[in-house]
Amino acid sequence: MSKSLNQLTIRQAQAKLEDGEITSVELTRACLGRIKKTNPKINALITVCEAGALEEAEKADERRKNGETGQLLGIPYIAKDIILTKGIRTTVASKILDNYIAPYDATIIKKLKKAGAVLLGKANMDEFAHGASGENSAYGATLNPVDNTRVPGGSSSGSAAAVADDMCIFSLGTDTGGSIRCPASFCGVVGLKPTYGRSSRFGLISMTSSTDVPGPIAKTVEDASIVLSVIAGPGENDFTALDKPVGDYSKMINKSIERIKIGIPRKLIKDTDKNILKVFDKLLDKLREQGVEIIDIELPHAKYGIPVYYIITPSEISSNLARFDGIRYGFSDKEAKNLLEVYTKSRGKGFGDEAKRRIMIGTYALSAGYYDAYYLQAQKVRTKIKDELDSELKKVDAIMTPTQPDIAFKIGQQVDDPLKMYLEDIFLSPASLAGLPAISIPMGEVKEMPVGVQIIGKRLDEKILFRIGSNI
Amino acid sequence: MKLEKEEIQKIADLARLDLSEEEKEKYGNQLSDILSYIDQLSEVDVEGVEPTAQVTGLENVYREDEVKVWDDEERQNALNQAPELEDGQVKVRRIL
Repeated sequence: MSKSLNQLTIRQAQAKLEDGEITSVELTRACLGRIKKTNPKINALITVCEAGALEEAEKADERRKNGETGQLLGIPYIAKDIILTKGIRTTVASKILDNYIAPYDATIIKKLKKAGAVLLGKANMDEFAHGASGENSAYGATLNPVDNTRVPGGSSSGSAAAVADDMCIFSLGTDTGGSIRCPASFCGVVGLKPTYGRSSRFGLISMTSSTDVPGPIAKTVEDASIVLSVIAGPGENDFTALDKPVGDYSKMINKSIERIKIGIPRKLIKDTDKNILKVFDKLLDKLREQGVEIIDIELPHAKYGIPVYYIITPSEISSNLARFDGIRYGFSDKEAKNLLEVYTKSRGKGFGDEAKRRIMIGTYALSAGYYDAYYLQAQKVRTKIKDELDSELKKVDAIMTPTQPDIAFKIGQQVDDPLKMYLEDIFLSPASLAGLPAISIPMGEVKEMPVGVQIIGKRLDEKILFRIGSNI
Repeated sequence: MKLEKEEIQKIADLARLDLSEEEKEKYGNQLSDILSYIDQLSEVDVEGVEPTAQVTGLENVYREDEVKVWDDEERQNALNQAPELEDGQVKVRRIL
């Protein structure tokens, strides 16, 4: 049976568009049709841009008629609702930005527009990207398309669910401590967190400025590499974005991995669900057969990734979310009697539970008398985690772990236990704190749920992730 | 370590958050749990270790200090996000 158009990968859809077999309008209609059918249940999207998408698709077809080509020309995608899209509602899944219409495009959206990609809508997420389950949304939880009683993972919940459910050809997410890789693993798709600074953050609603990274969620490793090649590179307004060449990723796809060295931090992953470890070890055998050298490595400080992350992140959040003051944009409480109450009441009513919790932790950690014990100590341990990863990556080409210690959990199972939720990112936060590129790729199934493998590379070396990943 | 109610209130005041009594109670317990977990950081020997605030290695990136004219439509759209406008300006409560 032939695939519906919305099930195609970027590579497949592009070939059909180039042959004139299909148009972007047809491809876009197929995605919009799928969204209409399944989104009311899955709740992967907060906003659907039907008219705008069809208009952009027509334009892409026109550009192609005029002789233009391009890997993303006419390809429909979905963007996480933390990314500003001009003239389109951008809520960050929070009541505090319920009616916010973005006045300009994020740099990565501008780049995709220039490439001719078609924006279908804005993806649901954990509010302000705070969460690992997709349940912390003011617009309701997203369901895992593989098993609707389970979470899709977060915080890029809708972005991963939409790709897994074929509502789009690819999507954009953001990853601060695992927010692309976790849902990619839970939903069975590919999720790439590029090197910190690889793409411009301009136009992302800031969460943790020192680790926020936008990246693609896709159906194949090759597709993820195609999207990265378009969104990479600096823009005008983010001075932490790196002006480094991206190279030709297409040469990495299916390139031999003979004599590649991969390090496995056995101690760190020892408490992973044993069925997941079995799938992981089977994958290692398969890689060995392809000539990969598997080496045990030690990362004694990686276990401090979560406590470091949950000091640094809330600290940066308490500062970044100070801009939501009920004055310049967003929700403003009409009952406020004076200026101070405009702040306190708008914020108290506008922010959800987890956003308030993190603002409280961060405010505490940065307050006089606690700064040295918490924030400064966390920054120093961050140095140790980073140095240790950098030094191990001198001995090996990449490091590999299961993406998650467990399969996607049941909806509602962990909502009352924020600490347990934080521990979901145990294998993911070290690469974020060190700014290293990392990818999650489906490696098999446990209890009929997808499980992913994480590959971490050297800074700016996304190439090795694509090379190893395309051979999995 | 248990955070007392007054301490929670003080943090909420600093953070400009109006919290209900239930929220104060709930966050008090949860923050105590989270901070106890985070306390394990104190066991790491960081003697002589520099703190990491960013990982790019970039230093002082400069740009020209020049006025850029904003697109009129973008400017108006940005202003329209404010809850109260008067004569093209964002209106705030009196501060004196």
